[in-house]
Amino acid sequence: MAAPDVLRAENVSFSYHREPVFTRVSFSVAPGDFTAVIGANGTGKSTLIKLLLGQLSPTSGQIWLFGQEQRAFGDWSRIGYLAQNQAATAQSFPATAAEIVQTGLYPSLGLFRFPGRQGRQKVLEALDRVGLRPMAGRLVGQLSGGQQQRVMLARLLVGQPRLMILDEPSTGIDEQTARSLYALLADLNRDTGLTILMVTHDVARVEPYLNHVFCLESGSMIELARAQLLEELGHRHKHPVNPECACCEPAEVS
Amino acid sequence: MVLSVFAYGFMQRAFLVGILLALIIPCIGIVMILKRLSMIGDALAHTSLAGVATGLIFNFNPILGAMAATVTAALGIEAIRKKIPRYAELAIAVIMSTGIGLAAVLSGFVSNAASFNSFLFGSIVAVNDFELLLVVLVSAAVLLTFILLYKELFLIAYDEEAARLAGVPVKTINFIFTLMTAVTVSVAARTVGALIVSSMLVIPVACGLQLGRSYRQTVLLSIGFALVFTIAGLLIAYYAGLKPGGTIVLTGVITLLLLFAGRHLATRLRRAKKPHTA
Repeated sequence: MAAPDVLRAENVSFSYHREPVFTRVSFSVAPGDFTAVIGANGTGKSTLIKLLLGQLSPTSGQIWLFGQEQRAFGDWSRIGYLAQNQAATAQSFPATAAEIVQTGLYPSLGLFRFPGRQGRQKVLEALDRVGLRPMAGRLVGQLSGGQQQRVMLARLLVGQPRLMILDEPSTGIDEQTARSLYALLADLNRDTGLTILMVTHDVARVEPYLNHVFCLESGSMIELARAQLLEELGHRHKHPVNPECACCEPAEVS
Repeated sequence: MVLSVFAYGFMQRAFLVGILLALIIPCIGIVMILKRLSMIGDALAHTSLAGVATGLIFNFNPILGAMAATVTAALGIEAIRKKIPRYAELAIAVIMSTGIGLAAVLSGFVSNAASFNSFLFGSIVAVNDFELLLVVLVSAAVLLTFILLYKELFLIAYDEEAARLAGVPVKTINFIFTLMTAVTVSVAARTVGALIVSSMLVIPVACGLQLGRSYRQTVLLSIGFALVFTIAGLLIAYYAGLKPGGTIVLTGVITLLLLFAGRHLATRLRRAKKPHTA
């Protein structure tokens, strides 16, 4: 029997102050997928993530996580979430990279338990995975934007999630750093089978690694055929990816 | 000669109370500052005066009155913050105004004005047995709670939403932290003074933040600074005949200014040493 979808949304609708944000959105993410959700500003990409994480409740429809209905789902340690501008939060916080990464161990520790030698080793391994082990003792605010984003990734990795949800992970970092961040995510996806769902404007850069691309537009969601995506992106990004879908105008690539 | 200060029982008590408070106040202060809620201390301290006045009017221990007032005020701040999360700091202003208003009105009914005034600037050298016991119990409880909830408070201060997603019982921990803050402020109001306690919550942590190279180090440095300010402040106050609460705070402020100046100087020296590339 095939493993259940890591994530499945069925006919999910959501309204904000009676104004519909999206209507009857359905999509699924299978184990090991590297999926992107794209769309213009204000189409509800971040709202969709909040619905998936249970921070908002859908007006109608159902969301399933690891085969369980979201409202009954309790094992949040299986999901790692990187919010937009998360690194900016750490910018002025007086903590080292290792201290920040260590917070990712919380779901496995719980109340009143402290990470011992094994926990500290896991933190160093996670920092090693993102190439920042030598920076473990540095204040996060002293690291570059790209390094801070890697610390945030290590924080998720240390909890060994099976699904990673990332909201615009390349916000505030330069092009080269964004490319290496996507390559790192692709390595994780390939080497460990980690399922990744990413909201992004940057589909042109991340495209080589994706299995699926969903586009939110005018309150509905469509899946873009990868071949079409590749073809259109190959045309020097001059044309919309999908003529039916205005949100898919490619990001500018310098 | 210097140690003659310890020959007096009231000074021994003052040092004991001061040291205990110096251990716990920065533990509260650092979480408060990192949550960007440093004015909560001010609001609670002012509100504690309403409790003090109530205690003095109805003839029960003013510290117990202050505790009841600060706990109510702290819960009020949390409740308003939840109602208007985008304007969280407004909750502090509303509660502070209410507290000051109540304190001003109630103080008019207090027959012994000197007793009420002693809570404004504190009277660390006039701590009685009951108050000493209260400080010991509150300090032990706050310190133990801070250690037990160290990683939860760290995570909430860093990112409340991430803490919630990680499974931290954010509401419960925030409630416990609110209680810790309220009881700490009320016992400190008696000793260092209601008008000075918020400075004690902020200044040692501000100094710790200048030098700390990690969160843990910042916590320890903040406690260290608070201890130094308290001990130095009490000694200076004793020998110079000054008010202890104010002297402790001013010692802290001068140190903070020196640290700012030191950092500024160090930055300029570093820049001057760098070879010009242009």
